[in-house]
Amino acid sequence: MTLFIQQLFDGLALGGVYCLAAIGLTLVFGVLRIPNLAHGTLYMLGAYVTYFFLVTVGVPYVAAIGLAAVVLAVIGVLLERLVFHPLRNAPHTHHMIAAVGAMFFFQAVAQALWGADFRRMESPISGNVTILGAQVSWQRIVIVVTAVLVLGLLTWFIKRSIHGQTIEAIEQDRTGSSLVGISPSRVSMLTFGLAAALATVAAGLVAPINLLSPTMGDALSLKVFAIIILGGLGSLPGAIVGGFTLALAEVMTSTYVSAAAGEGIAFVVIVIVLAIRPTGLFAKAVQR
Amino acid sequence: MTLLEVRGLGKHFAGLHAVDDVDLDISAGEITAIIGPNGAGKSTLFNLLAGFYRPTSGTVRFKDRDVTGMSPHRTVAHGIARTFQTTNLFEDATVLENVLSGRIVRSHSTVFDAVLRSPRHRREERRNLDRAMDALEFTAIADYRDEIASRVPQEVQKRVSIALALATDPELLLLDEPAAGLTEEETGGFAQLIRSIVASGVTVGLVEHRMSMVMSLADHILVLDHGKEIASGTPETVRTDPQVIEAYLGAGHHEQEGTG
Amino acid sequence: MTTNVSPQRLGTLLVALALLLAPLALTGQDYVLRVLTVGATYAIAVYGMNMILGLTGQLSLAHGGFFGIGVYLVGLLTTDYDWAFWPALLVAVVGTTVVGYVAGVVALRTREEYFAIFTMAMGFIIFLVISRWESVTHAHSGVSGVKYPESLGLLDFSDPMLMYYLVLLFLLGAGYVTYAVRRSGVGRTLIAIRTSEDLARSVGVNVGLNKQLAFAASSTFAGLGGGLFAAVQGFVGPSAASVDLTFEMLMFILVGGMGTVMGPVVGTFLVLFLFEFFQDFEAYRFIVVGPIIVALVIFAPRGIVGYLNAFAGHRRSRGPAGGNETGNRSENRVPDTTTEAKETL
Repeated sequence: MTLFIQQLFDGLALGGVYCLAAIGLTLVFGVLRIPNLAHGTLYMLGAYVTYFFLVTVGVPYVAAIGLAAVVLAVIGVLLERLVFHPLRNAPHTHHMIAAVGAMFFFQAVAQALWGADFRRMESPISGNVTILGAQVSWQRIVIVVTAVLVLGLLTWFIKRSIHGQTIEAIEQDRTGSSLVGISPSRVSMLTFGLAAALATVAAGLVAPINLLSPTMGDALSLKVFAIIILGGLGSLPGAIVGGFTLALAEVMTSTYVSAAAGEGIAFVVIVIVLAIRPTGLFAKAVQR
Repeated sequence: MTLLEVRGLGKHFAGLHAVDDVDLDISAGEITAIIGPNGAGKSTLFNLLAGFYRPTSGTVRFKDRDVTGMSPHRTVAHGIARTFQTTNLFEDATVLENVLSGRIVRSHSTVFDAVLRSPRHRREERRNLDRAMDALEFTAIADYRDEIASRVPQEVQKRVSIALALATDPELLLLDEPAAGLTEEETGGFAQLIRSIVASGVTVGLVEHRMSMVMSLADHILVLDHGKEIASGTPETVRTDPQVIEAYLGAGHHEQEGTG
Repeated sequence: MTTNVSPQRLGTLLVALALLLAPLALTGQDYVLRVLTVGATYAIAVYGMNMILGLTGQLSLAHGGFFGIGVYLVGLLTTDYDWAFWPALLVAVVGTTVVGYVAGVVALRTREEYFAIFTMAMGFIIFLVISRWESVTHAHSGVSGVKYPESLGLLDFSDPMLMYYLVLLFLLGAGYVTYAVRRSGVGRTLIAIRTSEDLARSVGVNVGLNKQLAFAASSTFAGLGGGLFAAVQGFVGPSAASVDLTFEMLMFILVGGMGTVMGPVVGTFLVLFLFEFFQDFEAYRFIVVGPIIVALVIFAPRGIVGYLNAFAGHRRSRGPAGGNETGNRSENRVPDTTTEAKETL
């Protein structure tokens, strides 16, 4: 039972990280109809930039994450401008190939700057707390709390602010919204910036638990795809539910079945879900 | 002789009866027109006949064979070809290559024939080229054969889509607003073309907005409104049918003014 | 319709000659010859990618995985099970074809982005199985001592030059099959699907079946390339099945020209040459290569061979009617792609 509680908290923390990463991906898909294969490398870069601010520059942990999120938001906007904007009318295969190119580039840059070896990032938040007999680290609790806070803020942003409403409008109807004078171009940039920043927050939170490496985003990329396919491409609540579901499934499978099975479960989810429903669960029957 | 026999055909989309209990007989060697106000279900009916949609009720029989709900690649093989309202071509390919793709359905040679250049394959390629050129000449666009399809004038593109449909060797050709967006003069040319298609032995089904064109071309007319048949018969009977005048011609006059 | 020495034929002939004569110019330089041989095995697999992506327009990201299945079938059968090379290669080719066909039944229910994501997940699963199934695949220790092809008469394939010619023979075969398909109704069918599935359906194409066959054929080439790769390398590890390999092949085909006959060869050898050239930089080469991929997709999506063909085709088809008819649709399109002409080779 203690083991179960322990794994439950691990799963919730991981779920928080997945949600933050998946929401960016699902927003980008909803607004731009681009499955951004480079999303995982943005997450990886976010972790390294956080590391840079925390360890090399020496700013406090929270500030490091914040600064990294700003840097990544800029990178996200640049990615949209330089790569995806020029391809907006190209066949879908072209976006995906370009995303692969961007992915290779970011990985090589991270490797050039920080090396291929694993790096450890110490968190200022240490110690454990005992909940129902299980030892849960404060870091995990911080992850869950931050994830909930950020998700709340994001929901508020999308429902209340004009920019957020624009994102929602375009997600629902691209042509309609350009008719009422919303610039799709600005919203694309905003969405990309936001997605990269959210991925950075996720990475900054999880970095003290895991190790950093230039390939840390590879597996995450497919996992977040599994999540948004599970939750429905473009759906915010879907990404949240999917994030926690996959994280719990993963943690429980690794504990009770095998580590390799835990690692593979995301891919198995993608394959099974798409084999049964070729357009994902909860897909709206919309002709594009 | 009845080539195509439709009985009680219906298609419901989420509560909307796009086509509702329609009967239709298309006789061989005639031009049958389907008219009706916008949203009357004309294109949906075509999509049902060509197998693009699966009907929710009713039957379609072609040459005494049940083709209800058959997928398009099979209906085309049986001899039903169609064109689309918005001109739909392989835009990056040449005009000739477009028309050649209409021969796919009549080709039987396999990858292995192609790799081994078997006599069958070569014979077939030659026949395909001949048939494609015939179709281009028939539609009077042979001069454009090596042009890229997206770069020829709109009228030529519309002729290409007809040539492409003819290249499949159809017995029934369904034309969905073939003259939409054309000038008065070009429309006259299309009417000529449609007559010569029928003269060559291909039966024509036609969805068209221009009343003048329909009245002068059609042997038989089916009038739809809100997915239902409201009249059918010769142009004369339809023209004088009070229900048609009420439901369609009122709206039709309006449209003609609008679209010029 | 064209004269016998069209620029395309000349180009093809030059590439073929260069490949045929390369070993004679490289006597004593076994390393370079080996790189070329490995390159040729990749190129065979890239022809498979050309079939499904280039001609049919479906982005399959499981290709590296299928290559890996070919690699491991030959690798494991000739070592742990002590089979001869030739039957092992046959099993690899047939095996990947069957796996490809079965995978296609499910994968092709999905479309566009979903298909890409689905196949990428499939690729990852194949990689995970190969890199974790210790008892069968030896996981990270890999497979060593893969057999050379057994001698056929006087031909002894332990000679690197003969091995090169053997792989080249298969490569020419792959190129020829692509050429034959490209010129036939089968090619027209696939290209019709690539251009517009709906239109293809309306001219009577059985879209599902043809995609299925193209997918199976693409994995046949991947399996053949992989099987030969195992023999050329002698030692293979899980990286021969990685998703990164898929991405590299994607780059080869993109540089060469998707859907063209010569693109896979030209692209593979050219990029591998660049890799070798930058090899001191190891993984950093992607700092250059990544942006090149992006730039190619944006500015030159047709690849080297694609553009050469367009250039050659343009010069030939200047003559007929209209000449300078700029259609009223050209403004909706990216200016660069309006020069697209027919892709003959």
